[in-house]
Parts: sequence; structure tokens; C-alpha cells
Amino acid sequence: MSMSDIKKEFPIFSNKIHNNDLVYLDSANSSQKPQSVIDRINEFYTNEFSNTGRSVHYLAVTATNLYENTRSSVQKYINAKDKNEIVFTKGATEAINLVANTFGQKYLEQGDEILITELEHHSNYVPWHFLRQSKGIKIEFAEINHDGEITLESIEKKINSKTKLIAITHLSNVTGAVLPVKEITELAHSKGIAVLVDGCQGAPHLKLDMQDIDCDFYAISCHKMYGPTGLGVLYAKKKWLEQLPPYQGGGGMINDVKKDSITYGDLPNKYEAGTMATAQVIAFDQSIKFLEKVGIESMIKHEQELIEYGQEILKRNNSVKLIGNPKNRAAVLSFTIEGVHPHDIATILDEDGVAIRAGHHCCQILHDKLGISASARASLGIYNTKEDLDQLNNSINNCKKIFNL
Amino acid sequence: MNIKELYQEIILEHGKNPRNLRKTENFNKDAKGNNPLCGDNVHIFLKLDEDKKVQDVSFEGSGCAISMASASIMTDLMKGKEEAQVKEIVKDFLGMIKENPELKSKNLQEDEKTKLMCLSGVKQYPMRVKCATLSWHTLISAIDKTQEENNTKTR
Repeated sequence: MSMSDIKKEFPIFSNKIHNNDLVYLDSANSSQKPQSVIDRINEFYTNEFSNTGRSVHYLAVTATNLYENTRSSVQKYINAKDKNEIVFTKGATEAINLVANTFGQKYLEQGDEILITELEHHSNYVPWHFLRQSKGIKIEFAEINHDGEITLESIEKKINSKTKLIAITHLSNVTGAVLPVKEITELAHSKGIAVLVDGCQGAPHLKLDMQDIDCDFYAISCHKMYGPTGLGVLYAKKKWLEQLPPYQGGGGMINDVKKDSITYGDLPNKYEAGTMATAQVIAFDQSIKFLEKVGIESMIKHEQELIEYGQEILKRNNSVKLIGNPKNRAAVLSFTIEGVHPHDIATILDEDGVAIRAGHHCCQILHDKLGISASARASLGIYNTKEDLDQLNNSINNCKKIFNL
Repeated sequence: MNIKELYQEIILEHGKNPRNLRKTENFNKDAKGNNPLCGDNVHIFLKLDEDKKVQDVSFEGSGCAISMASASIMTDLMKGKEEAQVKEIVKDFLGMIKENPELKSKNLQEDEKTKLMCLSGVKQYPMRVKCATLSWHTLISAIDKTQEENNTKTR
């Protein structure tokens, strides 16, 4: 598939927004869905619907097979060693909460430290804060450098004998910095520290290879990856899933239930209590197929060209200030305009059909560090083009005009 | 509706040079409001005299042009008004932003109404209504002192 044809796969782009073509630059928030994913949900509910894993009738068997098919596709896509290392969750947020809750319960004691970074999304901070409150653990923050990056050195500086787990983003949703997660994992493992990678932004834009990164946990948000909402993936090394206690209790996760004792199911059922987001899981298989059809290498090349082009035109636009200047940047361009608040920028751009996000993007720690209360963010998806970025720049100029800049 | 109707000159001017962006000396009432979704925040300071008349009202905070202009215009207009009048005007303003086509308050002069109606453009932008109303809700909190933080409901 040629990159110029990709927009045609996404029906939303045939709509007009305020009489303009849609320029969607909010994929870091959530991505649009290709027709094949939308159709798959409809098809499942129309012709194939049943709950999975319980009944023995024809529809139940079909649904279960389809559900498990996606697990295999995910395993292959992220190069996990074992199919049972893939756990479906309601989102990346739940995936991180699952680890914080179970790892915290079993392995953390008062005074132990979790090392995160100043780049983290609230969903990779608040779950650890719960443990700070309930167990008296400490949270350390690796500091960003002047370019909005987290280096191996900034991580190393904060590691000590109390550090039990390092939880880091793969790709910052504000500065666009790609973190050296493989090197950080290697360093952490040499000191006996586990690593969780928040892959919300990394998974849709980078090549994923769990065995190469070697991290212990990796959280994925499916709706940012051209898939349905209400679905996430937790990748976890098998040894952890075997050792950690279950997260939620309910149907489907048990082995044997008696009045005085309960044993839990095998992997991955142990972590999938209750009826799961069946239709979403089944449709997510189409998201992976779509990405594979485009080709990961082509996608990375296309998005890299776009990010370089975007940086170039925004750097040339005086009064626009880009946030961060990472050497290895992907998919995200956050900026401010001197004299115009980000919310005003977003409202004015929207009038031209340009969808961006304004605010702190769930990264208040980072914005405090940068000394700003909010920023505007244009984030890329596979469907974006250079024309989209030109329109962004034109609309920014229009915004400056309205504000007499 | 054209975006220029939202960003009228008077809004841009007040947004850029907000009046009463300071802290009232010897204030006797105050309240903080913030909008967790946007990160906008405002701190209102109020000085009422013995007759419960507004001797001075001011604010500190940061936010978008709409929220700064709204706080600026509001604080300008409330000086010299009695507490009961202030409450009535706030109610009228919030009603106008929400649904009423115009302002009805007898406590407002015609030129004051004209100025406030410049903010009516936000009606067309539901996500921005809270920007225009944050300082008004916070002013009421300051008078009533019912709560320390007047967080806007985001969902």
C-alpha cells in the first residue's frame, strides 16, 4: 500500500469539519480507525457473537478461537516469547495498575523505591503514588535534560540499593523523545531491578521486539494503535505472571472454588477475570493486520519524514517555540506561541479543521518542570501527510493574525 | 459562527492586559478555583466594607484569553456593587452563558451589559464555557466561603 493511499482506509477523513477537510493531529490522544477494524466489530456482533471460554456451542468456540487468534497476532507483532505473556486489559492504564498492584503487594516494602521519570504520563505515576500511600514506598524521578530527553545517565544517577522497579515511557507524549529502553533495561537487570515500559506512544510508532528490549513489563494502549477503545495489552515475562498474585477476582480466572479455598487458573486466564472486551480484542487483530500491510519499516520511514518536516516548518515560524529538541524524536510536536494560550490556539485551529490537543497532556510534573501550565500538541498518525503539516502551519499563522502578533 | 465573534477585540484586549490582576490589600474574602482539565487557575480576592459593598476585587492566576478577559471584565464591573447585587449579576451572567439570549439584571447598566455580552460567543464552544465561568463561580465561593477550591466539574 502506498503511503498516499492510507487516508482512504480511514472513513472519518471523508467528513468535513466546519466545512474543511479534517487535519487530524491528535493521534497521541487517540488514533482514528481503519474501515477494516470498524467492519470487524460490526461483523462480530452481527454474525458471530458469543461469550468466550465458557460454553461449548458453535458460536462460543468460534468466538474463543477468534479471541485467542488476536493474542497470537499480538505475540508475533511484539515478538514475545510466549503467547501466554500477552494479557488483555481495559487499557494501558489498567495494565500499569495491574503491575503496580500485584508487584507492590508481593515485592515492595516500606522504604523501597520506584524510579520513574519527569516525562511520565499520570497513568505511570498515580498507580505508584497509591503504593506510596499504602505501603510507604518512595518515588524517585529521573530528570530530563535541556532537550527534553531522558538519558541512561539520568536513570543511573537515581538508582540505589533500594530501587526495586524502573517504570519509564518508551516515547514521551509531550517532547516526543524516544527513550533508550533497551539500555536502561540492561542497566537495571545488571542491578537486579525490574523494568516496566509504558508503551502507549511507543507501540503505535516504533518497532516492537520484547525479546530484544528484554523489559519485564510493557503496557500497550490499543486505541492509540488504530484499534478499538476499551482495550489494552500487558506484556509481562512469564516468570512474573506465574509469580505475581492475581489482580481482579471473578469468573474465568479460577481453577477450583471451594467454601474454604480457591485456586487460580493458568496463564493468561489468571489475569483476565470476567467477560473481556471480546469484540474489541477480535477487531484489534485487524489493526495489527493493517499495520503489517502498511509495513512497520515503511510506517517508521514515513513518520520520520513527517516529524522532520514538521520540526523544520515550526522552527522557521517565529513566535512558535517547540518543546524539547530530542535527537531521537517521533510522532509528537508540542509547542507554545508567545502571547497566545494553548487553549485559544486549539480553538482557532479547530475552526480550520485542524485537530490538536491543548493542556498538560496528563503530564503536570513535566509542565511544572518546564515552567508552563499548558502546551499545544500536534501528534502524528500513519495517515498524516506533509500537506497536513502545511495546514497546521497556515492555521498557526491565522491564529497569530487574530491575536495581532 | 465565525471565530472572530469569539475572539472580539475587547476580549483580546482584556486577555492581553487584564484589569485587577493583583492582590487586594487587606482583603476579607478570597477563594481559589481551578480547572484540572486545562490547568487554568484563578484566585479571587474581595474586600467588602461594613455595608457589604465591594470596595475592591482582584484576581491572580493564569489561563487562556477567554478566562483572563472574563475575570478582568468581571472584577472591573463588580466594584461598588453590593453583595446581593453581585450574586444576582453572577446568576444572570451564568444564565446567559448557559441558555438565556440576553442579560436581564436590573443591577447592570446598559454599557455593562454590552461589555458582558462580548463573552456570549463561548456559548457556541461548549468546551470553552468553563473558561468563561471559572472566575464567576470562584467569586461566589469567595462570598459564600463554602469551599476552598472551586474546581470546575470536568465530566
